[in-house]
Amino acid sequence: MKQERAKGPDQHVVNRRMTAVFAGAAMMTVGVLIFIVVYILNRGLHIVTPSFLSEAPRQMGRAGGIYPAIVGSILVTGIAVLIAAPVGVATAIYLTEYTREDRLPRIVRFGTESLAGIPSIIFGLFGFLFFVIYLDLGWSVLSGALTLSAMILPTIVRTSEEAIRAVPNAYREISYALGSTRWQTVTGVVLPTALPGIVTGVVLAVGRSIGETAVVIFTAGTSLRLPKSLLDPVRTLPVHFYILAREGISLDNAYGTAAVLIILVLVINITAYSVVNRFAARSR
Amino acid sequence: MRYAVRYKEAIIEKALVVIALSAIAVLGLIILFVFKEGSPVMARVGVIRFISGTKWAPSRGVFGILPMILGSVWVTLGALAIGVPLGLACAIFLAEMAPARVSSILKPSVELLAGIPSVVYGFIGLVVLVPFIRRWLGGPGFSVLAAAIVLGIMVLPTIISISFDAFKAVPAAYREGMLALGATKWQAIRMVILPAARPGIIAAVILGLGRAIGETMAVIMVAGNSTKIPSSALAPVRTLTSNIALEMGYATGEHREALLATGMVLFVVIALLNVAARLFAGGGRVSR
Repeated sequence: MKQERAKGPDQHVVNRRMTAVFAGAAMMTVGVLIFIVVYILNRGLHIVTPSFLSEAPRQMGRAGGIYPAIVGSILVTGIAVLIAAPVGVATAIYLTEYTREDRLPRIVRFGTESLAGIPSIIFGLFGFLFFVIYLDLGWSVLSGALTLSAMILPTIVRTSEEAIRAVPNAYREISYALGSTRWQTVTGVVLPTALPGIVTGVVLAVGRSIGETAVVIFTAGTSLRLPKSLLDPVRTLPVHFYILAREGISLDNAYGTAAVLIILVLVINITAYSVVNRFAARSR
Repeated sequence: MRYAVRYKEAIIEKALVVIALSAIAVLGLIILFVFKEGSPVMARVGVIRFISGTKWAPSRGVFGILPMILGSVWVTLGALAIGVPLGLACAIFLAEMAPARVSSILKPSVELLAGIPSVVYGFIGLVVLVPFIRRWLGGPGFSVLAAAIVLGIMVLPTIISISFDAFKAVPAAYREGMLALGATKWQAIRMVILPAARPGIIAAVILGLGRAIGETMAVIMVAGNSTKIPSSALAPVRTLTSNIALEMGYATGEHREALLATGMVLFVVIALLNVAARLFAGGGRVSR
């Protein structure tokens, strides 16, 4: 390269170097992911036994398992998604099938996009003030699920909207040509075609809410007992993990809980992508 | 029969409108409740004194959040200093340089990184990063630096996926034109693609900024949470979000109002950032 100084540096060498730098950055990012997953699984996987998953914690979590936290996570996340999915999909249907871009949809879009930017701690504060205190639901499964559903709503709206927009217009035109009404077209043609994309969005929302801590800790509480009703407080997995780790109750059980969380998140995300890929393969 | 059908269609349409307005209704409720509960203490202490006060002593009724504002600023700037170059480099590689098969593996991995719960990031920071900083750089380990590194990694998925989309949105003709002129890929990226993707990149940075400012649990676990203004990158720090999360569990009365007022400040900052992102993105869609 030196002998080419007159013409400036050899651009092909520069190009190769920059490619290496950028590839290095990408490898580093993936390296961080691999490091986190391996680190947690390496220390936590041996803790995760059938009895760890099926027993109640003893001595504040120092011993025993994480069964109530698993139940808590399933209840809070499940109900949050049951609330947010219909609302989110309906919003997406409205935005795509029932309006052109004028004032009302712009307001709706402003609402969902603003919600997407709000930090989870603000959702936690709001849920605490509104559901826990104002509506007097207390720290409960229901308060946690309602707050969480508000937080994941934008994700579901956005992914459903993308999925619905990807449905070819010809499908709609054929349906209308056959004399279908708008709603018949939506339920008979648009939604079935967009379903894999919608499912992916919902699954990703499950993944987001299962790891959420700041919202849930102020709305669902930290009780270690099994809930008897939706108005009972619960502790979810990330909250349990946070308390174990931060208060130094049991590092071993913290690693075990983190391993369960990481596995859940991996399974959920990989499921979401395989749905997308199968969909992409079929439409090809 | 026909009337029945038309009637049903009309009802469904109205119902959809009502449901679609729920997001804006929730937004309204959030603003209403946080501002209603937080503003009395703001009014009593005075907005200026509240945000410029350097002492936070809830038990004595002294509420100044300047240390937390500065804490959020330092931690967030540090996170961006790490996350932006790394994230942009990663996005450039994925969008412009990597073979299709490589990027089809890397892209989902980046999105998996977004799926890892923030408490897990905080925990890794706590057990790996904090001892490392304490051992090799000094100080307590719980520090601005630790929080900045953890957040820098956590904003990567946001920065990568939004700037990736911005690169992909650059028309292929730009790229091909450069390559046809004999430019290398890097020349094409530097001279044409980066400038063309600039609005999207700025939006990515601003949204990453928003994520970093809003993150709570991970920061609490590694930042040390001292209410003093940090004197160096190795000093402990408390951010706006951690101030709320740390004390909300037991706060009552005026103290709780002061935490909600902290939430108000945070909310306003995030709102301004979103407006900025929208402006820079040129009216394009902005979402996480």
